Amino acid sequence: MSEILLALKGLTKAYPGVVANSDVSFDIERGEIHALLGENGAGKSTLVKTIYGLVKPDTGTMTLNGAAFTPAEPRAARIAGVAMVFQHFSLFDAMNVAENIALGMENPPPQREIATRVREVSEKYGLPLDPSRIVGELSAGERQRVEIIRCLLQDPKLLIMDEPTSVLTPQEVDILFETLRKLSAEGTAILYISHKLEEIRSLCDRATVLRLGAVVGDCIPRDTSARDMAELMVGAKLQVPTKAERAVGRGVLVLNGLSAPAPHQFGTPLRDINLRVRAGEVMGIGGVAGNGQDELVAALSGEMRTANGMVMLDEQPIGKLGPNARRKLGLSVAPEERNGHAAAGDMSLVENAVLTGAVRQGLTSRGFLRWGKARAFADQIIKDFDVRTPGAANTAGALSGGNLQKFVIGREILQAPDVLVVNQPTWGVDAAAAAAIRQALLDLAANGAAVIVISQDLDELMEISDQFAALNEGRLSEPRAANGLTVDEIGLMLGGAHDMEVAHVATS
Amino acid sequence: MIMLEKRPQPSQGWTLATPILAVLLTMLVGGALFAALGKDPLVTIRTIFYDPLFSEFAWYYRPQLLVKGAPLVLIAIGLSFGFRAGVWNIGAEGQYIIGAICGAAVGLAMYPMESVFIFPAMVIAGALGGMLWAMIPGILRVKFGTNEILVSLMLVYVAEQLLASMALGTLRNPEGMGFPGSRNLSQYPSAANLELISGSGMHWGVVAAFIAVIFAYIMLSRHIFGFQVRLSGLAPRAAAFSGVNPGRLILLCMAISGGLAGLAGLFEVAGPAGQISIDFNVGYGFTAIIVAFLGRLHPVGILLAGGLMALTYIGGEIAQSKLGLPGGAIQLLQGMLLFFLLAVDVLTHYRVRFGQGEVA
Repeated sequence: MSEILLALKGLTKAYPGVVANSDVSFDIERGEIHALLGENGAGKSTLVKTIYGLVKPDTGTMTLNGAAFTPAEPRAARIAGVAMVFQHFSLFDAMNVAENIALGMENPPPQREIATRVREVSEKYGLPLDPSRIVGELSAGERQRVEIIRCLLQDPKLLIMDEPTSVLTPQEVDILFETLRKLSAEGTAILYISHKLEEIRSLCDRATVLRLGAVVGDCIPRDTSARDMAELMVGAKLQVPTKAERAVGRGVLVLNGLSAPAPHQFGTPLRDINLRVRAGEVMGIGGVAGNGQDELVAALSGEMRTANGMVMLDEQPIGKLGPNARRKLGLSVAPEERNGHAAAGDMSLVENAVLTGAVRQGLTSRGFLRWGKARAFADQIIKDFDVRTPGAANTAGALSGGNLQKFVIGREILQAPDVLVVNQPTWGVDAAAAAAIRQALLDLAANGAAVIVISQDLDELMEISDQFAALNEGRLSEPRAANGLTVDEIGLMLGGAHDMEVAHVATS
Repeated sequence: MIMLEKRPQPSQGWTLATPILAVLLTMLVGGALFAALGKDPLVTIRTIFYDPLFSEFAWYYRPQLLVKGAPLVLIAIGLSFGFRAGVWNIGAEGQYIIGAICGAAVGLAMYPMESVFIFPAMVIAGALGGMLWAMIPGILRVKFGTNEILVSLMLVYVAEQLLASMALGTLRNPEGMGFPGSRNLSQYPSAANLELISGSGMHWGVVAAFIAVIFAYIMLSRHIFGFQVRLSGLAPRAAAFSGVNPGRLILLCMAISGGLAGLAGLFEVAGPAGQISIDFNVGYGFTAIIVAFLGRLHPVGILLAGGLMALTYIGGEIAQSKLGLPGGAIQLLQGMLLFFLLAVDVLTHYRVRFGQGEVA
């Protein structure tokens, strides 16, 4: 199995002001699981888009099966046997599985035939999926299966997977890995993009590491420690956040049977959530996306009102208060979606500082904005949290995702809240910035604030949490001390895999 | 190959240049249109854009500029709040009519009593009338999620029927020998909105328009309400997160735009128009939408755009009488202005590049 399937030679792609890929060369062998590692902005996406025919390289060649490979569009790449599962699914919520799959086909056969083939493939690869179910009702893991099966129906020689496990429970990850191993054994090569190093160590045969658009090394993941790979990615020693010893105080934020109906058709209702977060404590809340995270954050921020006593801050009911009244009392929130929710992309950083800072920072007087003070506050965030921007007059949308995230988290932390709720604080943020954000959260807790971190990144939660609880279909599990929890226990708290009973890989 | 590349930030220069470019393009295509109608394009364009200001009769037209511009600016300023917040009140024409009816009704009810309180009372009634008419689509949107564009637009036609009924019935001049139309308010000193300085065209509506411009400028740039308005338009979810109550904001925006449209109607009926008549409204409420966008929803821009639009109204009338240009051609010209503005707007957000494209 040492035959080369796809050879990349000297691929270079420059965009105005940035070189996304610079002289990238490596080979993918038939049937191997090849990891592509790198921080955000390292050029992984551009590279796979090149292979998938979405981006045309400036220079460089690709050879597929010994023949020149220059896909002009994704359709050409698909015909040549390259399939891709994107990080963000392109599925229609209102249609069923088979209809969604038919939409991606050139000449879709009748629905019945698709359904039969979906059943065959899902049986064969241990990906349980009912073709007649409506996609809007599926879990993230099941949606991913739709995308994977859509690819497998084309019988690909190379399957590209972009961050496939970020939305899965540990048990679902296991099912996925079984499938991928089986595909690999049958000769399908897999290009696997991730920054979860332990996964790559357990799954991948080889790894290529990108940094700033160039290949900086390769390794055999099984024989390389996660730390070494991380340092290869970052190009520097990794700063691991340190947890200071701290006194845990009384409960500052208490949820009493918090329940709320789903805010929209595909939302999740909150079901009887009980929680007590104490001063000086980091409460980690795990869970697969779409299990009530957004709704819980909205109920805490005040965007969604509940019965008054369901949310208590310092023994004061606040369930009916709006966002600004809660901020005034010391409850700050940083939602997941940075651009458009936590910040307005078309507004300057000064204006974005006003967005949540108006109340606690005294940025208004009698309704009139104090722009000088707002500017000073924005400058302080930029300075203290190392936000890379030419200045506070720049729009938030011009910042990279990681920088904007630092701004958003910094804006809340600098207001010295008594309780801080953050959702996905380091999603899509590079390792160095993520470490800085986690450290800032720990420091805030060390200074006596209660911190709730909602995240899908279990490694992150284990790193910074004192207590851990999991959201599953709008229910919150009993919190447990994070110290000493095993991956299996966490997986069970997360609700395990969906449809576990049918999840078995047909033996061949 | 021509490519559009998104700018990281909207271009400051183009934000200012696009309205001017749109005016030039309108003159160009408008000229071609007039040529197709058999008129000399240069003469026509000059008649519309130049003569009202600088011809030998400019002493008559210049005051008219204020008279026509004031209601446009007043209404457009009100609309700009909603448009910035994503609240699409298209029915300012109806609110303008209702404002005029309510204000005039108060004045007519007092006739022939003379008092200094009558005109202020009419002003308040006019603003309230427009506001209440705008509250109908506002409340329907907040309570039932109806589309305020449709509801406010349809209410224009209701308002027009109401206007006809008032002119023919309730408010008809009892001494008018059966002719439709109310008493002439401009001949009733306590209710008349007369020129403040003779021959200047300056009446209370013009004063109100200037005050509205200054008020809007301060609100939008300095006040938290203006900040919330802009935030709601740019990022509605961020606005909710920031603590903006969307329903309250919608109602406020509708109230401001309806109130100012009502005011404009009152000043018009008590001054230049003089009476409630079947054909009282001449489309200021719709033209103000163009004015608001042409002025980039910015108070100062709206002031300038209002002047420009007033110019096309007056110039258009001159062209109609002097050159026999059909009235529709002028409306077409005004519509063209908005059309070109929206089209060249792309330059503000995108950079045009010529060269080899990449296959996407």
